[in-house]
Amino acid sequence: MTPTLTQPAAPAPRATAVDVDAAELVRVRDLSRVFDVSKPWLNRMIEREPRKLLKAVSDVSFSINKRETLALVGESGSGKSTVAKMVVGLLRPTSGQVRIDGLDMWAGGDLTALRRRIQMIFQDPYASLNPRWRVDAIIADPIVAFGISTDRAEIEHRVGELLRLVGLDPLDGRKYPHEFSGGQRQRICIARALSSNPEFLVCDEPTSALDVSVQAQILNFMRDLQDQLGLTYLFISHNLAVVRHMANRIGVMYLGRVVELAPTQDIFRQPQHPYTRMLLDAVPDLAMSGRPRKMVEGEIPNPIDPPTGCTFHPRCPLAFDRCKREVPIALKTGFDRSVACHAVEEARG
Amino acid sequence: MSTPVLSVRNLRVEFPTRRGTLVAVDDVSFDIAPGEVLGVVGESGAGKSMTGTAVIGLLEPPGHIAGGQVWLQGERIDTLPPEKMRRVRGKRIGMVFQDPLTSLNPLYRVGEQLIETIRTHTDASPAEARKRSIGLLEAAGIQGAARRIDSYPHEFSGGMRQRVVIALALAAEPDLIIADEPTTALDVSIQAQIIQLLKTLCRERGAAIMLITHDMGVIAETADRVAVMYAGRIAEIGPVRDVVQRPQHPYTKGLMGSIPTLEMDGGRLLQIPGSMPRLTAIPNGCAFHPRCDFVFDRCRTERPNPMPSGASAVACWLADPKNGSPRVDREATAAQAKSPT
Ligand SMILES: Nc1ncnc2c1ncn2[C@@H]1O[C@H](COP(=O)(O)OP(=O)(O)OP(=O)(O)O)[C@@H](O)[C@H]1O
Ligand SMILES: Nc1ncnc2c1ncn2[C@@H]1O[C@H](COP(=O)(O)OP(=O)(O)OP(=O)(O)O)[C@@H](O)[C@H]1O
Ligand code: SF4
Ligand SMILES: [Mg+2]
Ligand SMILES: [Mg+2]
Repeated sequence: MTPTLTQPAAPAPRATAVDVDAAELVRVRDLSRVFDVSKPWLNRMIEREPRKLLKAVSDVSFSINKRETLALVGESGSGKSTVAKMVVGLLRPTSGQVRIDGLDMWAGGDLTALRRRIQMIFQDPYASLNPRWRVDAIIADPIVAFGISTDRAEIEHRVGELLRLVGLDPLDGRKYPHEFSGGQRQRICIARALSSNPEFLVCDEPTSALDVSVQAQILNFMRDLQDQLGLTYLFISHNLAVVRHMANRIGVMYLGRVVELAPTQDIFRQPQHPYTRMLLDAVPDLAMSGRPRKMVEGEIPNPIDPPTGCTFHPRCPLAFDRCKREVPIALKTGFDRSVACHAVEEARG
Repeated sequence: MSTPVLSVRNLRVEFPTRRGTLVAVDDVSFDIAPGEVLGVVGESGAGKSMTGTAVIGLLEPPGHIAGGQVWLQGERIDTLPPEKMRRVRGKRIGMVFQDPLTSLNPLYRVGEQLIETIRTHTDASPAEARKRSIGLLEAAGIQGAARRIDSYPHEFSGGMRQRVVIALALAAEPDLIIADEPTTALDVSIQAQIIQLLKTLCRERGAAIMLITHDMGVIAETADRVAVMYAGRIAEIGPVRDVVQRPQHPYTKGLMGSIPTLEMDGGRLLQIPGSMPRLTAIPNGCAFHPRCDFVFDRCRTERPNPMPSGASAVACWLADPKNGSPRVDREATAAQAKSPT
């Protein structure tokens, strides 16, 4: 790893949500996405089945300031990747708005200049690497595609540097993706995402395929990059310890909705939504103190046929009748934090 | 003691490449007893997946087993002809790959794939197979399985796809399950469910599990023993408590030190300096020596094999009782001073 990037002499203070002159980079408003998961028309007619719609994301709103990391957490299937894909412009929202630096991602304007400033690291490193391309070509692709450089020697140098940064060898650039292990492929994806010097990086489970020591290297490196270059991250992970380490603010998603949004400290010190509390209790016990992991009770309901009112009510220890009838809306519960829960609103929890 | 379900002896896997032979797995030996979960952890690229793939005979050419033996319930399987091996694979060994997409055919509905697997390995009728498929999907935590069984793989989230693969691996009720990062894409709550599912299977049917994962939390909760791999070899193998709480090999110590915890606030994570060597350029002596804080002369010239130390086996010269290095004595006294006993 290049010493200048991994060991900054004096790490700049982390930008926090309280930053007074923080400028907003990303603004997401009432974002929703519905998937049609019906059987083909003919089958539906024969089996007399109605059209089936799956609401993967419902009315999600958040903003991310420059130099800030917002993390999304939540159980599998809660809609995190779907939000990420809409934010970077890969998946069209059914409704709602994504603005990056004031530009609407889906209003149909010219986004070439904007796109170059955004990169995404995908959850599935296998699907996102072209198997027929050599690794150096894969990493150089954004540089070439956005016309950042045409100088072959310069590109080669940059690719070698990136490979070293993610703990691989510049010689590895000559190989093909299938010649690498899972974690090594994930690192190739990270190198590719960084190659065009993006300002905004959407990372969908960027380190879950990595062993903890490489993970530590990459997470430290990502934070150093942020401190030095002022990057902004939307960071998705199911590992709460990793999220705690990386994020300034955390959005907790449940069945397509953001149920709690708050600064990292507050989420861990004083979680408010009953679902957030449940998630924190489910973290495995590494000290092996014998504390049995509190299993999250119940299971995520079927998203095609979600419960009425608050979709969390069948699993919630605090649920009361209002929860079955009325969808809770996000209410401000403190500085920079909001929670969508009737029990919290009525101070029952 | 009963015969181990899986017994791997001096396994060596080679990949001939243009730039010389790459040894991806080197002299690896371990056993897994009935009902036991062996966790396998280690540096990314260390050969964990390759060890699993070699055991099930699915190495991609030009990769091949260049030495050693693999025994399944007392029967040698690394020498079986491909046709016989294919049957062993589906029926007696279940696999959950790191990459859910390798196990799922994107063109077929999830249900079709499960039903076919069940029908190839049992004499279930199509209706029975469908019923059992739904049961398996439910057991793996898929909500509304009866309705989602006709979905295509791309219609599931990353985590749900992995649960489908797990259902597929359990379909033929195998004796050995090789699970390569089965819960990597899953959040903590589903993780707990899947692990419970694997453990139940293990306990009730005396199946053995080789569980490859980076998640130390999962290892701490699930595994009976742990093997730590580095650069193609086993660095340390032993009971889970010993390896996680009192790691002996300097690499294992570094690994345990890099784990982010919930208690810790924002500081830098500890990291082991440097990175793993390329497999075509493994240093002489101990492969870890260029990164090791405890390195001494012998480490640079002689390669340590796993040697017994406490209840574990550790491939590090520090664990050699014959070793008179003053460095080691200091390390040993320091360790004694710290441990309460
Ligand atoms: N192309 C699609 N067609 C139909 N349904 C989809 C599609 N993509 C996602 N879904 C559904 O949308 C929901 C949210 O999926 P998403 O991938 O966003 O979840 P996630 O929070 O990223 O989960 P994970 O942690 O498992 O990756 C899931 O129920 C999934 O089945
Ligand atoms: N087809 C191939 N040709 C050449 N080398 C390969 C090939 N496949 C894998 N390798 C190399 O073999 C080594 C072992 O790979 P393996 O997939 O077993 O690693 P792993 O321990 O599972 O790592 P991870 O935790 O990242 O999944 C890696 O260093 C990889 O670069
Ligand atoms: S709104 Fe009701 S059901 Fe939903 S989380 Fe709050 S208390 Fe529980
Ligand atoms: Mg996802
Ligand atoms: Mg692997």
